[in-house]
Amino acid sequence: MSTAAVEPAPRAVTLDSNRDPVNDFSVVVATVNGSGSQTANNTLVRALFKMGIPVNAKNLFPSNISGLPTWYTIRISKDGYVARREGTELLVAFNPATAAADLQSLPRGGVCVYPEDAKFERSRDDVTYYALPVKSLIANLGVDKKLVDRVANMVYVGALAELLGIEREVIREALSYNLSGKQKAVDLNYNVVVAAAEFVRENLPKQDPYRVERMDKTDGLIMIDGNTAGALGALVGGLTVMAWYPITPATSLADGVNEYAPKLRHDPQTEEPTYAVVQAEDEIAAIGMVLGAGWMGARAMTSTSGPGISLMTEFVSFGYYAEVPGVIWDVMRMGPSTGLPTRVSQGDVLKAYYLGHGDVRNICLLPGTVKECFEFGQTAFDLAERFQQPVLVLSDLDLGMNAWMSEPFQYPDKPLDRGKVLNAEQLKAMEGWGRYKDIDGDGISYRTLPGNEHPAAAFFTRGSGHNASAGYSERPDDWVSNMARLARKHETARQYVPKPVVDRREGAKIGIIAFGTADPAIVEARDRLSTLAGIETSYMRLRALPLGDEVTQFIAEHDRVYVVELNTDGQMHQLLRLHAPEHAMQLRSIAYSDGLPLTARYVTEQIYEMEQK
Amino acid sequence: MAAAAKPGGAPAPKMTTNRAGLTKPDYRGLPSTLCAGCGHDSIASQIIQSAFEMSLKPHQVIKLSGIGCSSKSPAYFLSRSHGINVVHGRMPSVATGAMLANRTMKAIGVSGDGDTGSIGIGQYKHFVRRNVPMVYIIENNGVYGLTKGQFSATADLGQKLKYAGTNELMPIDLCLEALVAECGFVARSFAGDAKQVRELLKAAMAFNGTAVLDIISPCVTFNNNPDSTKSYTYGKEHEEVLQDISFVQAYEEVEIEQEPGTVQEVKLHDGPRILLKKLDRSHDPTDKLAAMRLLAEAREKQEFITGLIYINESRPTLVDLEGLPDTPLAALQDDKIRSTPEQFASVMAEFQ
Repeated sequence: MSTAAVEPAPRAVTLDSNRDPVNDFSVVVATVNGSGSQTANNTLVRALFKMGIPVNAKNLFPSNISGLPTWYTIRISKDGYVARREGTELLVAFNPATAAADLQSLPRGGVCVYPEDAKFERSRDDVTYYALPVKSLIANLGVDKKLVDRVANMVYVGALAELLGIEREVIREALSYNLSGKQKAVDLNYNVVVAAAEFVRENLPKQDPYRVERMDKTDGLIMIDGNTAGALGALVGGLTVMAWYPITPATSLADGVNEYAPKLRHDPQTEEPTYAVVQAEDEIAAIGMVLGAGWMGARAMTSTSGPGISLMTEFVSFGYYAEVPGVIWDVMRMGPSTGLPTRVSQGDVLKAYYLGHGDVRNICLLPGTVKECFEFGQTAFDLAERFQQPVLVLSDLDLGMNAWMSEPFQYPDKPLDRGKVLNAEQLKAMEGWGRYKDIDGDGISYRTLPGNEHPAAAFFTRGSGHNASAGYSERPDDWVSNMARLARKHETARQYVPKPVVDRREGAKIGIIAFGTADPAIVEARDRLSTLAGIETSYMRLRALPLGDEVTQFIAEHDRVYVVELNTDGQMHQLLRLHAPEHAMQLRSIAYSDGLPLTARYVTEQIYEMEQK
Repeated sequence: MAAAAKPGGAPAPKMTTNRAGLTKPDYRGLPSTLCAGCGHDSIASQIIQSAFEMSLKPHQVIKLSGIGCSSKSPAYFLSRSHGINVVHGRMPSVATGAMLANRTMKAIGVSGDGDTGSIGIGQYKHFVRRNVPMVYIIENNGVYGLTKGQFSATADLGQKLKYAGTNELMPIDLCLEALVAECGFVARSFAGDAKQVRELLKAAMAFNGTAVLDIISPCVTFNNNPDSTKSYTYGKEHEEVLQDISFVQAYEEVEIEQEPGTVQEVKLHDGPRILLKKLDRSHDPTDKLAAMRLLAEAREKQEFITGLIYINESRPTLVDLEGLPDTPLAALQDDKIRSTPEQFASVMAEFQ
């Protein structure tokens, strides 16, 4: 596949595992964007998943409605690894424009499945070819002309089913799942699958070793993308006002709210919605609506990506300083500017943490799995209301838009944390209340909400200088004491935010720190470093900013700590050096960003090579 | 119109109380820090008077503003109401979120011609388009005061300012913009005309939807030259009043004394009425095209017309469109805003 052109050249030391041709290989489906291959690909993935085989799929797509090449990679891994792999064994070459280049990226002994009339040079003689008579198969079925294009992709589904041994009945169920049980559509597509499979069985004898076998490794699991998971988490986490503006790759989070809110959040008695969703005119309006609702006491959020958080900057400073809760999901993509809008990155770390003008440090959550996307749906609101400030959730395109296997999500057992809000009676009982007074010494003040009938409840919220009782003030001492309290609040937040997940290995002198979707590559790389090079590593996966003492402790425990992230400037590495300057020399940055999800091979090779120095 | 007396005919107490049991000082704000004679302060005092006469409960009112001299003024009225002074030109979005979160609030937004006409024109138009319930007051003086005298987008063509020179661009007419965005309540007034401001404010407070009130409010420091249409002198000499307006609350009995045909009555959703006594110029404020024509002609002739330009309460508000429950979203109990375990289990099953 041509994306290989931007991958680092293979190194002298290749620490790649030997692959088993059974349940341990990858398939890349190369199509033209907009050709409707989504149902076909989803059907393949779901069928493999339902056969109990660990699977992960990634859609590597262009920023385009139709006509540009797109690659859908499916990794089948009996060991349960879900990181992207460099190189795939099977190629479905359904895009003539990229077929020749895609063919070059196959390993020796690879497989190429293509439409028989595709015009590209079969330049490799170490690859097995299977030519499919797509047009005649469809024509023989008498498919309505208008539907031909839509079902043509089912030909490769049928061919792969036969070649790899994917059970037909499972394919049928997967089709039904993906087509929401619409029987006519299921039948039509399934007929194409069967016709293609029969053709392969009768005419194309199997000449390659790759196949799948049923396993039981996905029993009880679900498959879901991170944006949908985040939407579900927010909906059971008390979301009541959602304001958003379309932007890839965050749009599907709002779609998820729109899709599942009617199922989850209509009052069973009155059938009335307990939420409002507004598509705003831009990201500035979206965050304005969120803060207006948060000021009023609602749990409000928006979903966006890099350009969106840039536009929200002024409002985030306002929310931080006026102390108004709100949640911003930043589903990260490549920047700067428009960057590569359909490609993954972890490039907003520094920007998000310091988003604002003046002295601002924001609470950021760093989900690394779809399950955490779900859990942080509520956690983000809890933190926003507890700390009375905007909270950012830094997901990314790979996590947000691709489907991942997961344990099913549990209905949250923790109550909503609504923070320090005083009603009229509580206000009456409290002596000497001031909106920005630090009564408890944790930097968090008590707030009242509009509608509170106590005559002294009202205050004027402003982004300009204010004293402890919310009065306008330009006094230097008021400014200094308020900022000192905000700093104290940030220290309190350090203890409150989700702790890192740590896996220590006996005797490991090397540590790895990462976050988000770097995780799958690191999990796999650690195994490879251990089995192939005898290098043992401990691993800390960060889940929030600000960083806590346990991070310093982890760094201190290791001779060298590699900070792995998907950006170019080593942004988390920079934050860690600021956080633990006394250990700065132990920290080594592995920052790499090319728009594609991180691979275990890259991480393995980087650490291995740097360890040789 | 006199303030509503407390029913029962008891001897008038020293301080009159309204139907909410409050006195006028209960609606006051902090002392103004604006320049002496600023039109914005006259408007603030009419907001205080109107809120008192309307017997608004201060805790049921929210005050919102953006940035600028106008946006400072919510601190100078209704101290017992929560207020929020947000970022420049973005008050409408904050008001949208606030009203979605609590539909029972009465929102009073105060903006200026820079805040609404320049940086905030996009949010203004989308807010009006969504018909978010709020009294949207624009304190319009054609100039940026806090930054010492730049032209705003409503400055007159050919206007001269010490700082900025001569304005060579046509002004944006914020009433016309509101009409184009389907606003159901469009009025223009003059800060020097206290009674008209007050009656329009009360009508706007009773209106269900976005009520735009563009009030020419002279800036005594930077834009009060007699040749400026935003000056006191010009306003007093050139104001052409469309109607003599009276706002009548639902509980008030007012005999219409005038001859039939000389008073137009507009009823609002829950009982109050606006009485419009026709003056020289005939204008039907329920006729949208007539309203547009009126504004367009006034703009061509640089005429300064004031009064109720357009009213139509029929368009659904954003609160209606969202189908929100009577209980404010922000007041729903925690168990109402996190779905039931059964609902959740059935959704989770879809992913298995």
